Amino acid sequence: MAQSSTLGDKVYRTILFVAASSILLIVAAIFYMMVQSSMPTLQRFGIGFLWAREWNPSQELFGALPFIYGTVVSSLLALLIAVPISLGIAVFLVEQAPKKIARPIAFMIELLAAIPSVVYGLWGIFVLAPFIREYLGPVLQDNLGFLPIFQGRLTGIGMLTGGIILAIMITPIVTAVVRDVLEAVPNTQREAALALGATKWETTMIVLGNAASGIAGAVVLGLGRAVGETMAVTMVIGNSPQISASLFEPAYTIASVLAANFADATDEIYLSALIEMALVLFLVTVVINGLAKLLIMSVAGRANASKHT
Amino acid sequence: MTEAATVHSKRRITNLVMTSLTAICAVFATTVLLIILGFIAYQGISSISWEFLTDTPKPVGEGGGIGNAIVGSAMMTLLAAIIGLPVGIAAGVYLAEFGKNWYGNTIRFIADTLIGVPSIIIGIFIYTVVVMPMGRQSGLAGGLALAIIMIPIVARTTEEMINLVPNSMREGALALGAPQWRVSWNIVLPAAMSGIATGAMLAIARITGETAPLLFTALNSRFYNFYYDQPMSSLTVQIYNFATGPFEVEHAMAWAATLLLVGFILFINIIVRYLTRKKH
Repeated sequence: MAQSSTLGDKVYRTILFVAASSILLIVAAIFYMMVQSSMPTLQRFGIGFLWAREWNPSQELFGALPFIYGTVVSSLLALLIAVPISLGIAVFLVEQAPKKIARPIAFMIELLAAIPSVVYGLWGIFVLAPFIREYLGPVLQDNLGFLPIFQGRLTGIGMLTGGIILAIMITPIVTAVVRDVLEAVPNTQREAALALGATKWETTMIVLGNAASGIAGAVVLGLGRAVGETMAVTMVIGNSPQISASLFEPAYTIASVLAANFADATDEIYLSALIEMALVLFLVTVVINGLAKLLIMSVAGRANASKHT
Repeated sequence: MTEAATVHSKRRITNLVMTSLTAICAVFATTVLLIILGFIAYQGISSISWEFLTDTPKPVGEGGGIGNAIVGSAMMTLLAAIIGLPVGIAAGVYLAEFGKNWYGNTIRFIADTLIGVPSIIIGIFIYTVVVMPMGRQSGLAGGLALAIIMIPIVARTTEEMINLVPNSMREGALALGAPQWRVSWNIVLPAAMSGIATGAMLAIARITGETAPLLFTALNSRFYNFYYDQPMSSLTVQIYNFATGPFEVEHAMAWAATLLLVGFILFINIIVRYLTRKKH
Protein backbone atom coordinates (compact mmCIF):
# COMPACT_ATOMS: atom_id res chain seq x y z
CA MET A 1 0.00 0.00 0.00
CA ALA A 2 1.07 3.55 -0.66
CA GLN A 3 2.93 5.27 2.14
CA SER A 4 1.50 8.46 3.49
CA SER A 5 3.35 10.74 5.84
CA THR A 6 0.49 12.41 7.70
CA LEU A 7 0.59 12.29 11.48
CA GLY A 8 -2.62 10.27 11.68
CA ASP A 9 -1.16 7.55 9.51
CA LYS A 10 1.96 7.36 11.64
CA VAL A 11 0.02 7.10 14.91
CA TYR A 12 -2.41 4.55 13.48
CA ARG A 13 0.34 2.44 12.08
CA THR A 14 2.36 2.57 15.30
CA ILE A 15 -0.60 1.43 17.40
CA LEU A 16 -1.25 -1.51 15.06
CA PHE A 17 2.45 -2.34 14.97
CA VAL A 18 2.63 -2.48 18.76
CA ALA A 19 -0.44 -4.74 18.91
CA ALA A 20 0.95 -7.11 16.30
CA SER A 21 4.35 -7.15 17.96
CA SER A 22 2.78 -8.04 21.29
CA ILE A 23 2.15 -11.52 19.91
CA LEU A 24 5.85 -11.88 19.22
CA LEU A 25 6.66 -10.57 22.70
CA ILE A 26 4.25 -12.99 24.40
CA VAL A 27 5.76 -16.03 22.70
CA ALA A 28 9.30 -14.82 23.42
CA ALA A 29 8.35 -14.21 27.05
CA ILE A 30 6.77 -17.67 27.38
CA PHE A 31 9.93 -19.27 26.04
CA TYR A 32 12.23 -17.14 28.20
CA MET A 33 10.29 -17.65 31.43
CA MET A 34 10.13 -21.40 30.92
CA VAL A 35 13.85 -21.73 30.21
CA GLN A 36 14.65 -19.55 33.21
CA SER A 37 12.30 -21.41 35.55
CA SER A 38 13.58 -24.81 34.50
CA MET A 39 17.24 -23.87 35.04
CA PRO A 40 17.51 -25.61 38.46
CA THR A 41 16.58 -29.02 36.99
CA LEU A 42 18.48 -28.40 33.77
CA GLN A 43 21.64 -27.74 35.76
CA ARG A 44 21.13 -30.57 38.20
CA PHE A 45 20.00 -33.41 35.96
CA GLY A 46 21.06 -32.23 32.52
CA ILE A 47 19.56 -33.79 29.42
CA GLY A 48 19.34 -37.20 31.15
CA PHE A 49 16.16 -35.86 32.77
CA LEU A 50 14.37 -36.83 29.57
CA TRP A 51 15.05 -40.56 29.81
CA ALA A 52 15.24 -41.10 33.55
CA ARG A 53 12.47 -43.50 34.56
CA GLU A 54 12.03 -42.73 38.23
CA TRP A 55 9.53 -40.11 39.31
CA ASN A 56 9.27 -39.50 43.02
CA PRO A 57 9.11 -35.83 43.98
CA SER A 58 9.38 -36.51 47.73
CA GLN A 59 12.79 -38.13 47.15
CA GLU A 60 13.70 -35.55 44.52
CA LEU A 61 13.78 -38.17 41.79
CA PHE A 62 12.63 -36.55 38.56
CA GLY A 63 12.54 -38.59 35.37
CA ALA A 64 10.41 -37.50 32.43
CA LEU A 65 10.36 -40.82 30.58
CA PRO A 66 7.02 -42.17 31.90
CA PHE A 67 5.33 -38.93 30.87
CA ILE A 68 6.95 -38.83 27.47
CA TYR A 69 5.96 -42.47 26.98
CA GLY A 70 2.38 -41.77 28.04
CA THR A 71 2.14 -38.74 25.77
CA VAL A 72 3.53 -40.57 22.75
CA VAL A 73 1.47 -43.75 23.17
CA SER A 74 -1.84 -42.01 23.93
CA SER A 75 -1.35 -39.66 20.98
CA LEU A 76 -0.45 -42.47 18.57
CA LEU A 77 -3.44 -44.46 19.79
CA ALA A 78 -5.63 -41.41 19.12
CA LEU A 79 -4.22 -41.08 15.59
CA LEU A 80 -4.70 -44.78 14.92
CA ILE A 81 -8.41 -44.43 15.67
CA ALA A 82 -9.07 -40.89 14.46
CA VAL A 83 -7.20 -40.81 11.14
CA PRO A 84 -9.13 -43.53 9.28
CA ILE A 85 -12.44 -42.22 10.59
CA SER A 86 -11.57 -38.62 9.72
CA LEU A 87 -10.47 -39.66 6.24
CA GLY A 88 -13.75 -41.53 5.81
CA ILE A 89 -15.82 -38.54 6.94
CA ALA A 90 -13.90 -36.09 4.76
CA VAL A 91 -14.20 -38.31 1.69
CA PHE A 92 -17.90 -38.74 2.36
CA LEU A 93 -18.44 -35.01 2.73
CA VAL A 94 -16.38 -33.90 -0.25
CA GLU A 95 -16.60 -36.75 -2.75
CA GLN A 96 -19.93 -38.42 -2.12
CA ALA A 97 -22.61 -36.68 -0.13
CA PRO A 98 -24.91 -34.17 -1.79
CA LYS A 99 -24.55 -30.66 -0.32
CA LYS A 100 -27.86 -30.94 1.51
CA ILE A 101 -26.57 -33.85 3.60
CA ALA A 102 -22.93 -32.81 3.76
CA ARG A 103 -23.62 -29.40 5.28
CA PRO A 104 -25.43 -30.42 8.48
CA ILE A 105 -23.04 -33.31 9.05
CA ALA A 106 -20.03 -31.04 8.61
CA PHE A 107 -21.57 -28.60 11.07
CA MET A 108 -22.20 -31.29 13.65
CA ILE A 109 -18.62 -32.46 13.41
CA GLU A 110 -17.47 -28.87 13.87
CA LEU A 111 -19.62 -28.70 17.01
CA LEU A 112 -17.65 -31.66 18.34
CA ALA A 113 -14.63 -29.34 18.29
CA ALA A 114 -16.49 -26.65 20.22
CA ILE A 115 -17.13 -28.87 23.24
CA PRO A 116 -14.64 -28.00 26.00
CA SER A 117 -11.97 -30.45 27.06
CA VAL A 118 -13.24 -30.70 30.64
CA VAL A 119 -16.63 -31.81 29.30
CA TYR A 120 -14.98 -34.66 27.38
CA GLY A 121 -13.26 -35.53 30.64
CA LEU A 122 -16.54 -35.64 32.54
CA TRP A 123 -18.13 -37.76 29.83
CA GLY A 124 -15.03 -39.95 29.77
CA ILE A 125 -15.18 -40.64 33.50
CA PHE A 126 -18.89 -41.43 33.72
CA VAL A 127 -19.78 -42.85 30.30
CA LEU A 128 -16.74 -44.02 28.35
CA ALA A 129 -14.79 -45.53 31.27
CA PRO A 130 -17.70 -47.72 32.45
CA PHE A 131 -18.35 -48.72 28.83
CA ILE A 132 -14.74 -49.85 28.43
CA ARG A 133 -14.77 -51.64 31.78
CA GLU A 134 -18.04 -53.48 31.17
CA TYR A 135 -18.18 -54.04 27.41
CA LEU A 136 -15.22 -53.10 25.23
CA GLY A 137 -12.52 -54.33 27.65
CA PRO A 138 -13.96 -57.81 28.23
CA VAL A 139 -14.57 -58.27 24.48
CA LEU A 140 -10.97 -57.31 23.69
CA GLN A 141 -9.61 -59.55 26.44
CA ASP A 142 -11.72 -62.53 25.40
CA ASN A 143 -10.65 -62.34 21.79
CA LEU A 144 -7.22 -60.76 21.85
CA GLY A 145 -6.22 -61.37 25.46
CA PHE A 146 -3.02 -63.16 24.40
CA LEU A 147 -1.59 -59.77 23.36
CA PRO A 148 0.27 -58.01 26.18
CA ILE A 149 -1.42 -54.73 25.29
CA PHE A 150 -4.81 -56.15 26.29
CA GLN A 151 -3.76 -57.84 29.52
CA GLY A 152 -4.16 -56.54 33.03
CA ARG A 153 -6.91 -55.36 35.30
CA LEU A 154 -9.90 -53.59 33.80
CA THR A 155 -10.74 -50.41 35.67
CA GLY A 156 -11.97 -48.38 32.72
CA ILE A 157 -9.39 -45.72 33.55
CA GLY A 158 -6.14 -45.90 31.64
CA MET A 159 -4.20 -45.46 28.43
CA LEU A 160 -6.93 -46.84 26.13
CA THR A 161 -9.61 -44.56 27.56
CA GLY A 162 -7.27 -41.60 27.18
CA GLY A 163 -6.50 -42.56 23.58
CA ILE A 164 -10.18 -42.94 22.65
CA ILE A 165 -11.12 -39.59 24.21
CA LEU A 166 -8.23 -37.96 22.35
CA ALA A 167 -9.38 -39.62 19.13
CA ILE A 168 -12.85 -38.10 19.50
CA MET A 169 -11.34 -34.71 20.25
CA ILE A 170 -8.95 -34.58 17.27
CA THR A 171 -11.38 -36.03 14.72
CA PRO A 172 -13.00 -32.63 13.92
CA ILE A 173 -9.71 -30.87 13.20
CA VAL A 174 -8.28 -33.72 11.11
CA THR A 175 -11.55 -33.96 9.20
CA ALA A 176 -11.69 -30.22 8.57
CA VAL A 177 -8.15 -30.08 7.20
CA VAL A 178 -8.58 -33.15 5.01
CA ARG A 179 -11.79 -31.63 3.66
CA ASP A 180 -9.99 -28.42 2.70
CA VAL A 181 -7.17 -30.40 1.16
CA LEU A 182 -9.57 -32.56 -0.89
CA GLU A 183 -11.52 -29.50 -2.00
CA ALA A 184 -8.27 -27.98 -3.24
CA VAL A 185 -7.70 -30.91 -5.62
CA PRO A 186 -8.84 -29.71 -9.06
CA ASN A 187 -12.05 -31.23 -10.38
CA THR A 188 -10.38 -32.01 -13.69
CA GLN A 189 -8.56 -34.88 -11.97
CA ARG A 190 -11.85 -36.45 -10.90
CA GLU A 191 -13.37 -35.93 -14.33
CA ALA A 192 -10.36 -37.48 -16.03
CA ALA A 193 -10.46 -40.55 -13.81
CA LEU A 194 -14.20 -41.00 -14.25
CA ALA A 195 -13.90 -40.53 -18.00
CA LEU A 196 -11.35 -43.36 -18.11
CA GLY A 197 -13.96 -45.61 -16.52
CA ALA A 198 -12.76 -45.53 -12.93
CA THR A 199 -15.33 -46.21 -10.25
CA LYS A 200 -16.23 -43.56 -7.70
CA TRP A 201 -13.89 -45.16 -5.17
CA GLU A 202 -11.00 -45.51 -7.62
CA THR A 203 -11.40 -41.84 -8.42
CA THR A 204 -11.33 -41.05 -4.73
CA MET A 205 -8.10 -43.02 -4.34
CA ILE A 206 -6.50 -40.93 -7.06
CA VAL A 207 -7.67 -37.73 -5.40
CA LEU A 208 -6.37 -38.97 -2.03
CA GLY A 209 -3.04 -39.83 -3.61
CA ASN A 210 -2.65 -36.37 -5.06
CA ALA A 211 -3.58 -34.81 -1.73
CA ALA A 212 -1.21 -37.07 0.21
CA SER A 213 1.11 -34.44 1.62
CA GLY A 214 -1.83 -32.33 2.74
CA ILE A 215 -3.37 -35.35 4.42
CA ALA A 216 -0.03 -35.97 6.12
CA GLY A 217 -0.25 -32.39 7.32
CA ALA A 218 -3.71 -33.01 8.75
CA VAL A 219 -2.40 -36.07 10.60
CA VAL A 220 0.56 -34.14 12.01
CA LEU A 221 -1.77 -31.34 13.07
CA GLY A 222 -3.97 -33.87 14.85
CA LEU A 223 -0.86 -35.22 16.56
CA GLY A 224 -0.05 -31.71 17.77
CA ARG A 225 -3.51 -31.37 19.26
CA ALA A 226 -3.36 -34.78 20.91
CA VAL A 227 0.05 -34.13 22.44
CA GLY A 228 -1.08 -30.89 24.04
CA GLU A 229 -4.57 -31.92 25.10
CA THR A 230 -4.79 -31.65 28.85
CA MET A 231 -7.98 -31.78 30.88
CA ALA A 232 -9.83 -34.69 29.33
CA VAL A 233 -6.74 -36.88 29.41
CA THR A 234 -5.95 -35.91 32.99
CA MET A 235 -9.41 -37.04 34.00
CA VAL A 236 -9.38 -40.48 32.36
CA ILE A 237 -5.80 -41.72 31.96
CA GLY A 238 -5.29 -42.66 35.60
CA ASN A 239 -2.36 -40.37 36.39
CA SER A 240 0.24 -42.92 37.37
CA PRO A 241 3.85 -42.46 36.24
CA GLN A 242 4.45 -45.99 35.03
CA ILE A 243 5.48 -47.57 31.75
CA SER A 244 3.27 -50.55 31.10
CA ALA A 245 2.69 -52.56 27.95
CA SER A 246 -1.00 -52.88 28.76
CA LEU A 247 -3.37 -50.29 27.38
CA PHE A 248 -5.73 -50.92 30.30
CA GLU A 249 -3.16 -49.77 32.86
CA PRO A 250 -3.11 -46.19 34.08
CA ALA A 251 -0.54 -43.86 32.56
CA TYR A 252 0.42 -40.22 32.64
CA THR A 253 1.09 -37.57 29.99
CA ILE A 254 3.22 -34.43 30.19
CA ALA A 255 0.19 -32.18 29.95
CA SER A 256 -1.73 -34.12 32.59
CA VAL A 257 1.11 -34.19 35.13
CA LEU A 258 1.24 -30.42 34.76
CA ALA A 259 -2.50 -30.08 35.33
CA ALA A 260 -2.62 -32.50 38.24
CA ASN A 261 0.57 -31.59 40.14
CA PHE A 262 1.53 -28.04 39.37
CA ALA A 263 -0.56 -26.58 42.17
CA ASP A 264 1.05 -28.92 44.74
CA ALA A 265 4.61 -28.27 43.63
CA THR A 266 5.83 -26.11 46.45
CA ASP A 267 9.59 -26.55 46.49
CA GLU A 268 11.75 -25.03 43.80
CA ILE A 269 13.23 -28.17 42.27
CA TYR A 270 9.82 -29.88 41.90
CA LEU A 271 8.35 -26.79 40.25
CA SER A 272 11.39 -26.52 38.03
CA ALA A 273 11.10 -30.17 36.95
CA LEU A 274 7.47 -29.62 35.96
CA ILE A 275 8.30 -26.44 34.06
CA GLU A 276 11.09 -28.23 32.21
CA MET A 277 8.50 -30.75 31.05
CA ALA A 278 6.27 -27.86 30.00
CA LEU A 279 9.21 -26.50 28.02
CA VAL A 280 9.62 -29.86 26.27
CA LEU A 281 5.89 -29.90 25.47
CA PHE A 282 6.07 -26.32 24.19
CA LEU A 283 8.99 -27.06 21.85
CA VAL A 284 7.43 -30.29 20.60
CA THR A 285 4.09 -28.64 19.78
CA VAL A 286 5.85 -25.73 18.04
CA VAL A 287 7.81 -28.13 15.83
CA ILE A 288 4.77 -30.33 15.12
CA ASN A 289 2.54 -27.40 14.24
CA GLY A 290 5.20 -25.82 12.04
CA LEU A 291 5.64 -29.09 10.17
CA ALA A 292 1.88 -29.50 9.77
CA LYS A 293 1.61 -25.99 8.40
CA LEU A 294 4.29 -26.61 5.77
CA LEU A 295 2.66 -29.87 4.68
CA ILE A 296 -0.83 -28.40 4.40
CA MET A 297 0.46 -25.32 2.62
CA SER A 298 2.04 -27.49 -0.05
CA VAL A 299 -1.41 -28.67 -1.12
CA ALA A 300 -4.16 -26.36 0.04
CA GLY A 301 -2.34 -23.08 -0.29
CA ARG A 302 -1.50 -20.42 2.23
CA ALA A 303 -5.00 -19.37 3.24
CA ASN A 304 -6.17 -22.84 4.17
CA ALA A 305 -3.01 -23.72 6.03
CA SER A 306 -3.34 -20.76 8.35
CA LYS A 307 -7.04 -21.34 8.91
CA HIS A 308 -6.45 -24.31 11.13
CA THR A 309 -3.06 -23.98 12.74
CA MET B 1 -17.68 -65.86 -15.68
CA THR B 2 -14.95 -64.38 -17.80
CA GLU B 3 -11.91 -62.85 -16.20
CA ALA B 4 -12.93 -59.36 -17.26
CA ALA B 5 -16.34 -59.75 -15.68
CA THR B 6 -14.82 -60.95 -12.39
CA VAL B 7 -12.50 -57.96 -12.28
CA HIS B 8 -15.41 -55.71 -13.06
CA SER B 9 -17.66 -57.06 -10.34
CA LYS B 10 -14.74 -56.99 -7.89
CA ARG B 11 -14.25 -53.31 -8.63
CA ARG B 12 -17.95 -52.66 -8.21
CA ILE B 13 -18.06 -54.45 -4.87
CA THR B 14 -14.96 -52.60 -3.61
CA ASN B 15 -16.59 -49.37 -4.68
CA LEU B 16 -19.80 -50.21 -2.86
CA VAL B 17 -18.06 -51.37 0.32
CA MET B 18 -15.70 -48.41 0.55
CA THR B 19 -18.27 -45.74 -0.23
CA SER B 20 -20.59 -47.23 2.39
CA LEU B 21 -17.71 -47.27 4.89
CA THR B 22 -17.15 -43.55 4.47
CA ALA B 23 -20.83 -42.91 5.10
CA ILE B 24 -20.62 -45.09 8.20
CA CYS B 25 -17.70 -42.98 9.46
CA ALA B 26 -19.79 -39.83 9.09
CA VAL B 27 -22.79 -41.38 10.81
CA PHE B 28 -20.54 -42.70 13.58
CA ALA B 29 -19.05 -39.28 14.34
CA THR B 30 -22.40 -37.53 14.41
CA THR B 31 -23.75 -40.31 16.65
CA VAL B 32 -20.89 -39.71 19.09
CA LEU B 33 -21.83 -36.03 19.20
CA LEU B 34 -25.47 -36.87 19.84
CA ILE B 35 -24.55 -39.38 22.55
CA ILE B 36 -22.37 -36.82 24.32
CA LEU B 37 -24.99 -34.08 24.08
CA GLY B 38 -27.72 -36.52 25.06
CA PHE B 39 -25.90 -37.55 28.24
CA ILE B 40 -25.25 -33.92 29.15
CA ALA B 41 -28.89 -32.97 28.69
CA TYR B 42 -30.26 -36.06 30.42
CA GLN B 43 -27.89 -36.00 33.39
CA GLY B 44 -27.74 -32.25 33.75
CA ILE B 45 -31.36 -31.18 33.56
CA SER B 46 -32.47 -32.80 36.82
CA SER B 47 -30.02 -30.85 38.98
CA ILE B 48 -30.66 -27.42 37.56
CA SER B 49 -32.67 -25.26 39.89
CA TRP B 50 -32.75 -21.64 40.97
CA GLU B 51 -30.75 -22.50 44.07
CA PHE B 52 -28.14 -24.31 41.94
CA LEU B 53 -27.73 -21.30 39.68
CA THR B 54 -27.37 -18.73 42.46
CA ASP B 55 -25.92 -20.46 45.52
CA THR B 56 -22.25 -21.09 46.35
CA PRO B 57 -20.77 -24.60 46.80
CA LYS B 58 -21.68 -26.10 50.18
CA PRO B 59 -20.40 -29.15 52.06
CA VAL B 60 -21.71 -32.36 50.50
CA GLY B 61 -25.33 -33.02 51.36
CA GLU B 62 -26.33 -29.43 51.96
CA GLY B 63 -27.17 -28.51 48.40
CA GLY B 64 -25.30 -25.51 47.15
CA GLY B 65 -24.68 -24.27 43.64
CA ILE B 66 -22.46 -22.64 41.12
CA GLY B 67 -23.55 -19.00 41.29
CA ASN B 68 -20.06 -17.83 42.18
CA ALA B 69 -18.57 -19.92 39.39
CA ILE B 70 -20.91 -18.33 36.84
CA VAL B 71 -19.93 -14.87 38.06
CA GLY B 72 -16.22 -15.80 38.06
CA SER B 73 -16.36 -17.21 34.52
CA ALA B 74 -18.20 -14.11 33.32
CA MET B 75 -15.74 -11.74 35.00
CA MET B 76 -12.63 -13.49 33.69
CA THR B 77 -14.08 -13.81 30.19
CA LEU B 78 -14.96 -10.12 30.30
CA LEU B 79 -11.42 -9.16 31.34
CA ALA B 80 -9.97 -11.39 28.62
CA ALA B 81 -12.27 -9.79 26.04
CA ILE B 82 -11.42 -6.25 27.16
CA ILE B 83 -7.72 -6.97 26.65
CA GLY B 84 -7.81 -9.60 23.95
CA LEU B 85 -10.31 -8.09 21.51
CA PRO B 86 -8.66 -4.67 20.94
CA VAL B 87 -5.16 -6.11 20.82
CA GLY B 88 -6.19 -9.01 18.63
CA ILE B 89 -8.22 -6.87 16.24
CA ALA B 90 -5.44 -4.27 15.99
CA ALA B 91 -2.90 -7.01 15.31
CA GLY B 92 -5.20 -8.45 12.66
CA VAL B 93 -5.61 -5.07 10.96
CA TYR B 94 -1.83 -4.67 10.96
CA LEU B 95 -1.38 -8.08 9.33
CA ALA B 96 -3.97 -7.32 6.66
CA GLU B 97 -2.98 -3.72 5.87
CA PHE B 98 0.76 -3.61 6.51
CA GLY B 99 1.72 -7.24 6.89
CA LYS B 100 2.64 -8.24 3.36
CA ASN B 101 6.34 -8.33 4.20
CA TRP B 102 8.83 -10.40 6.21
CA TYR B 103 7.73 -8.90 9.51
CA GLY B 104 4.08 -9.64 8.82
CA ASN B 105 4.96 -13.19 7.83
CA THR B 106 6.92 -13.62 11.05
CA ILE B 107 4.01 -12.34 13.17
CA ARG B 108 1.61 -14.57 11.25
CA PHE B 109 3.79 -17.61 11.87
CA ILE B 110 4.26 -16.74 15.55
CA ALA B 111 0.51 -16.17 15.98
CA ASP B 112 -0.23 -19.58 14.49
CA THR B 113 2.42 -21.05 16.78
CA LEU B 114 0.75 -19.45 19.81
CA ILE B 115 -2.64 -20.82 18.75
CA GLY B 116 -1.11 -24.30 18.70
CA VAL B 117 0.55 -24.00 22.12
CA PRO B 118 -1.32 -26.11 24.70
CA SER B 119 -3.33 -23.81 26.95
CA ILE B 120 -1.84 -25.33 30.10
CA ILE B 121 1.48 -23.77 29.09
CA ILE B 122 -0.14 -20.34 28.98
CA GLY B 123 -1.32 -21.07 32.53
CA ILE B 124 2.21 -21.90 33.64
CA PHE B 125 3.54 -18.75 31.98
CA ILE B 126 1.00 -16.56 33.79
CA TYR B 127 1.83 -18.40 36.99
CA THR B 128 5.48 -17.37 36.68
CA VAL B 129 4.86 -13.75 35.64
CA VAL B 130 1.67 -12.84 37.56
CA VAL B 131 0.89 -15.32 40.34
CA MET B 132 4.41 -15.67 41.77
CA PRO B 133 5.12 -11.91 41.98
CA MET B 134 1.64 -11.25 43.42
CA GLY B 135 2.00 -14.05 45.89
CA ARG B 136 -1.46 -15.46 45.23
CA GLN B 137 -3.83 -16.70 42.57
CA SER B 138 -6.32 -14.20 41.25
CA GLY B 139 -9.07 -13.49 38.77
CA LEU B 140 -6.65 -11.08 37.14
CA ALA B 141 -4.19 -13.90 36.43
CA GLY B 142 -6.98 -16.09 35.05
CA GLY B 143 -8.31 -13.31 32.83
CA LEU B 144 -4.84 -12.54 31.50
CA ALA B 145 -4.23 -16.20 30.65
CA LEU B 146 -7.51 -16.27 28.71
CA ALA B 147 -6.59 -13.00 26.97
CA ILE B 148 -3.33 -14.52 25.71
CA ILE B 149 -5.27 -17.44 24.27
CA MET B 150 -7.69 -15.05 22.61
CA ILE B 151 -5.27 -12.57 20.99
CA PRO B 152 -3.80 -14.74 18.20
CA ILE B 153 -7.18 -16.30 17.36
CA VAL B 154 -8.86 -12.90 17.05
CA ALA B 155 -5.88 -11.52 15.11
CA ARG B 156 -6.02 -14.28 12.49
CA THR B 157 -9.80 -14.13 11.99
CA THR B 158 -9.70 -10.33 11.78
CA GLU B 159 -7.00 -10.49 9.14
CA GLU B 160 -9.02 -13.01 7.16
CA MET B 161 -12.17 -10.87 7.34
CA ILE B 162 -10.36 -7.69 6.28
CA ASN B 163 -8.82 -9.50 3.35
CA LEU B 164 -12.36 -10.21 2.15
CA VAL B 165 -13.13 -6.49 1.82
CA PRO B 166 -12.88 -5.62 -1.88
CA ASN B 167 -9.89 -3.48 -2.81
CA SER B 168 -12.13 -1.16 -4.83
CA MET B 169 -13.51 0.24 -1.57
CA ARG B 170 -10.02 1.16 -0.43
CA GLU B 171 -9.12 2.60 -3.79
CA GLY B 172 -12.31 4.66 -3.91
CA ALA B 173 -11.67 6.23 -0.52
CA LEU B 174 -8.00 6.84 -1.24
CA ALA B 175 -8.90 8.46 -4.56
CA LEU B 176 -11.17 10.85 -2.68
CA GLY B 177 -8.10 11.95 -0.74
CA ALA B 178 -8.70 10.17 2.56
CA PRO B 179 -5.54 9.37 4.52
CA GLN B 180 -4.70 5.73 4.85
CA TRP B 181 -5.73 5.46 8.51
CA ARG B 182 -9.14 6.95 7.69
CA VAL B 183 -9.61 4.43 4.92
CA SER B 184 -8.71 1.57 7.24
CA TRP B 185 -10.64 2.83 10.28
CA ASN B 186 -13.74 4.34 8.64
CA ILE B 187 -14.15 2.28 5.48
CA VAL B 188 -12.45 -1.11 5.70
CA LEU B 189 -13.04 -1.95 9.37
CA PRO B 190 -16.80 -1.21 9.31
CA ALA B 191 -17.12 -3.31 6.16
CA ALA B 192 -15.39 -6.23 7.87
CA MET B 193 -17.06 -5.66 11.24
CA SER B 194 -19.74 -8.34 11.12
CA GLY B 195 -17.14 -10.96 10.24
CA ILE B 196 -14.82 -9.73 12.99
CA ALA B 197 -17.70 -9.79 15.46
CA THR B 198 -18.59 -13.39 14.69
CA GLY B 199 -14.91 -14.30 15.04
CA ALA B 200 -14.85 -12.53 18.40
CA MET B 201 -17.95 -14.43 19.54
CA LEU B 202 -16.35 -17.75 18.65
CA ALA B 203 -13.18 -16.75 20.50
CA ILE B 204 -15.26 -15.88 23.58
CA ALA B 205 -17.05 -19.22 23.38
CA ARG B 206 -13.69 -20.91 23.15
CA ILE B 207 -12.15 -19.25 26.23
CA THR B 208 -15.29 -19.77 28.30
CA GLY B 209 -14.62 -23.50 27.95
CA GLU B 210 -10.95 -23.31 28.95
CA THR B 211 -9.95 -25.09 32.15
CA ALA B 212 -6.23 -25.79 32.06
CA PRO B 213 -5.04 -22.16 32.01
CA LEU B 214 -7.22 -21.34 35.03
CA LEU B 215 -6.25 -24.26 37.28
CA PHE B 216 -3.35 -22.52 38.99
CA THR B 217 -3.87 -18.92 37.90
CA ALA B 218 -7.42 -18.21 39.08
CA LEU B 219 -7.54 -21.35 41.23
CA ASN B 220 -11.03 -21.58 42.73
CA SER B 221 -13.11 -20.05 45.44
CA ARG B 222 -16.05 -21.23 47.51
CA PHE B 223 -17.47 -17.73 47.78
CA TYR B 224 -18.83 -14.98 45.61
CA ASN B 225 -15.85 -12.85 44.68
CA PHE B 226 -16.15 -9.59 42.78
CA TYR B 227 -12.50 -8.54 43.08
CA TYR B 228 -9.92 -9.33 40.44
CA ASP B 229 -7.07 -9.54 42.96
CA GLN B 230 -8.57 -12.57 44.71
CA PRO B 231 -8.78 -16.24 43.67
CA MET B 232 -11.82 -16.71 41.48
CA SER B 233 -14.09 -19.63 40.76
CA SER B 234 -14.99 -20.62 37.21
CA LEU B 235 -17.52 -23.01 35.70
CA THR B 236 -14.85 -25.15 34.09
CA VAL B 237 -12.61 -25.56 37.15
CA GLN B 238 -15.74 -26.20 39.21
CA ILE B 239 -16.80 -28.95 36.77
CA TYR B 240 -13.32 -30.48 37.03
CA ASN B 241 -13.46 -30.48 40.84
CA PHE B 242 -17.01 -31.84 40.96
CA ALA B 243 -16.24 -34.56 38.40
CA THR B 244 -13.10 -35.77 40.17
CA GLY B 245 -14.69 -35.60 43.62
CA PRO B 246 -15.86 -38.77 45.38
CA PHE B 247 -19.57 -37.99 45.89
CA GLU B 248 -22.60 -38.65 43.70
CA VAL B 249 -24.06 -35.26 44.57
CA GLU B 250 -20.95 -33.59 43.19
CA HIS B 251 -21.14 -35.62 40.00
CA ALA B 252 -24.75 -34.54 39.50
CA MET B 253 -23.69 -30.93 39.94
CA ALA B 254 -20.86 -31.45 37.45
CA TRP B 255 -23.38 -32.59 34.83
CA ALA B 256 -25.68 -29.66 35.56
CA ALA B 257 -22.85 -27.13 35.32
CA THR B 258 -21.75 -28.81 32.09
CA LEU B 259 -25.24 -28.49 30.64
CA LEU B 260 -25.09 -24.77 31.33
CA LEU B 261 -21.58 -24.37 29.88
CA VAL B 262 -22.13 -26.48 26.78
CA GLY B 263 -25.52 -24.86 26.24
CA PHE B 264 -23.89 -21.44 26.20
CA ILE B 265 -21.06 -22.50 23.88
CA LEU B 266 -23.31 -24.33 21.43
CA PHE B 267 -25.75 -21.41 21.47
CA ILE B 268 -22.99 -19.04 20.35
CA ASN B 269 -21.75 -21.49 17.71
CA ILE B 270 -25.22 -21.98 16.27
CA ILE B 271 -25.96 -18.22 16.26
CA VAL B 272 -22.69 -17.56 14.45
CA ARG B 273 -23.46 -20.30 11.98
CA TYR B 274 -26.90 -18.84 11.32
CA LEU B 275 -25.55 -15.31 10.86
CA THR B 276 -22.74 -16.29 8.51
CA ARG B 277 -24.96 -18.61 6.52
CA LYS B 278 -27.54 -15.98 5.72
CA LYS B 279 -24.93 -13.83 4.04
CA HIS B 280 -23.56 -16.32 1.57
